[in-house]
Amino acid sequence: MSDTLNGQSRLAHHFVDLQQQKSAATLGMWLFLATEVLFFGGLFVAYTLYKLKYYEAFVAGSHELSITLGCVNTAILITSSLTMALGVYGAQTGRKAFACNSLLATLALAGAFLVVKYFEWSAKFEHHLVPGPDFQFDVTHAAAVVANPELLRIEHVKMFFILYYIMTGLHGIHVVAGIGVIAWLYTQARKGVYSAEYYTPVELVGLYWHFVDIVWIFLFPLLYLLGRH
Amino acid sequence: MTTDSAEPKYPEHTYLNDGYSLKSWLLTKDHKRIGILYLISITFFFALGGLFALLIRLELLTPQGDLMQSDTYNKMFTMHGIVMIFFFLVPSIPAVFGNFLVPIMIGARDLAFPRLNLASWYMYMAGAVFALYAIVSGGVDTGWTFYTPYSTAHADSHVISTAVGILIMGFSSIFTGLNFIVTIHRMRAPGMTWFRLPLFIWAHYATSLIMILGTPVLGITIALVGVERALGLGIFDPANGGDPLLFQHLFWFYSHPAVYIMILPAMGVISEVITCFARKVIFGYGFIATSSMLIAILGFFVWGHHMYVSSQSEYAGLIFSALSFLVAIPSAIKVFNWTATLYKGSITFEAPMLYVFGFIGVFTIGGLTGLFLAALGMDRHVHDTYFVVAHFHYIMVGGALMAYLAAMHFWWPKMTGKRYPEGLAMVGAIAVFVGFNMTFFPQFILGYLGMPRHYHEYVPEFQFLHIMSTAGASVLGVGYLIPGVCFLWSLIHGRNAGPNPWEAKGLEWTIPSPPPTHNFEEIPVVTEEPYQYTSEASSVRHS
Ligand SMILES: [Cu+2]
Repeated sequence: MSDTLNGQSRLAHHFVDLQQQKSAATLGMWLFLATEVLFFGGLFVAYTLYKLKYYEAFVAGSHELSITLGCVNTAILITSSLTMALGVYGAQTGRKAFACNSLLATLALAGAFLVVKYFEWSAKFEHHLVPGPDFQFDVTHAAAVVANPELLRIEHVKMFFILYYIMTGLHGIHVVAGIGVIAWLYTQARKGVYSAEYYTPVELVGLYWHFVDIVWIFLFPLLYLLGRH
Repeated sequence: MTTDSAEPKYPEHTYLNDGYSLKSWLLTKDHKRIGILYLISITFFFALGGLFALLIRLELLTPQGDLMQSDTYNKMFTMHGIVMIFFFLVPSIPAVFGNFLVPIMIGARDLAFPRLNLASWYMYMAGAVFALYAIVSGGVDTGWTFYTPYSTAHADSHVISTAVGILIMGFSSIFTGLNFIVTIHRMRAPGMTWFRLPLFIWAHYATSLIMILGTPVLGITIALVGVERALGLGIFDPANGGDPLLFQHLFWFYSHPAVYIMILPAMGVISEVITCFARKVIFGYGFIATSSMLIAILGFFVWGHHMYVSSQSEYAGLIFSALSFLVAIPSAIKVFNWTATLYKGSITFEAPMLYVFGFIGVFTIGGLTGLFLAALGMDRHVHDTYFVVAHFHYIMVGGALMAYLAAMHFWWPKMTGKRYPEGLAMVGAIAVFVGFNMTFFPQFILGYLGMPRHYHEYVPEFQFLHIMSTAGASVLGVGYLIPGVCFLWSLIHGRNAGPNPWEAKGLEWTIPSPPPTHNFEEIPVVTEEPYQYTSEASSVRHS
């Protein structure tokens, strides 16, 4: 087994062999993802509580979001998970060009996701759907989409948007972080660092990226599809 | 201990003389050096938190608010709590002794992720800088619990920088916990099976689970407070239909288990020390190990006992009450097993063992008064009184801190290669025990009589008990200084310890003191069960 690159050992001094090193890194990544689940968990609890309390307002708020853009972004992220998986496969099978191109495609898709997000957010800003003193929301217009308009309160719609911005914002930060590490993987892959014997970083970043994808898979129906049949 | 034989030789190559430059310390990836970095940092914060405690006790000497204004007093107890909990107790045993001992005890050369370990210290320091900035620039007055809406809308102090500091410090805790779990799973020496692990390791495994599963929730909660305060995005703001009680739920989801972050490692220390100084195999190894895990798991389902009187439903209160009672079972299992370990042991009374005896007594009182508070009716009477203050100080100061001192004395010879003066250290242990009980036992009575917490003035009837408490605190303060004197003295004048001054079992005692940088020349092969003490060993020790 070649455990050196350019004379430099990839095996850290405190591990017995590469196998142990890899299994440690993999477990570490899974534990990190567990902490991430709990981190987002607090927000999901808040969302669930307020959605139960202020269902009408949340449905009304949800109707202000663009399903089209949400769907496009969902498709983009799912595709990027595929290209990421292909990148891992490429690194694992020692196909350098294939791995590099897949990582590049993942980067492009992640970028596209953020661009769509940018347009979504700026449209909201234009319509004064930003919590704050400027917040405006047409209650009579929303009355058409909810079952019990008399229960609708504008401040509760505001709460929906607060959660919307915080949750998609936190997810967006994770996408940006993902772009950072995938770009780093790409430069390493181009140098030919990864091979069938050593591709742990690609695999672990892949796990992270799938996690970011899964968070969105939960956010999308919760925020965009509320009360639509 | 041996006094007759020649002084053991000090080893030639140790982790301490492997480079003397500042860089060799600040960029070290050696788990032992990182443990020492933590030791120095948390000692500073312990002194700072102690200073706030001193000012609080001085103010409470008299019924009038004469030393400081109520606003200042609010800041004093807030900063005392924040510094002691987040910057001393949460890191204390895991970050110092866990870092130093976890790899050695399982026969590994380092933690699984040495760079992450160093990063955890830097995160701790970065968090500390924010907290110190908040303290120096005028302080924070929300109480260590940051209850909304006071913390988000009304408090006029440095909430955001403190919150940022705690958020960052939280990451250091997560890094440490993650590192321990991976290390314990993946890096055990051949023959070191799960049920041969020292109980200190089991305790740290359980603690680490809480660190990685609880801390992120504190992180997001405290971040939401910051966002609400800074950007006006009010998740907890009643003006938007937000629920302040949601904050309490999220906060205590971490902060109740955080009590076990402080006490579980302490229990691990007790298990190690008691079996050594009783010269007996630990009684009920499996029960002690399992009870650590049970405490960690149950601890996640009791947080509602902090909200009996803040609009939580009675039925939720009932369930949380029952679950809180359940935690007493694994805690009692430990106390019974430690006591059974003593039975027919050849007990000696060196300083670490004195702290252990102190711990068991004090922890039992702290634990049992916890049951008073877990009961719905009783809690209504003593909620937010000094009874609560006394209870959690019995667990956190009497329990966690005494175990921390036991660990300091027990492993100090391993860490530094030097013996401390035993007689003086024993005086210190006794002073801590007496001072502690004098300080906090009167507070149970004060609370029961109705003295509320967080007040700088009180009715004159309470003065006698407050004077007793302050007098005790002075004894306690001196008690804390004595180990400091012992340890500093030992660095200059102490005898060389040799690899195993206590004739203790465990892999850390098979290597030189202080250990070499890579711990083991060859990875050991473990062939026996832990704690194979025999009573004959004591006769050798005392020859
Ligand atoms: Cu609690």
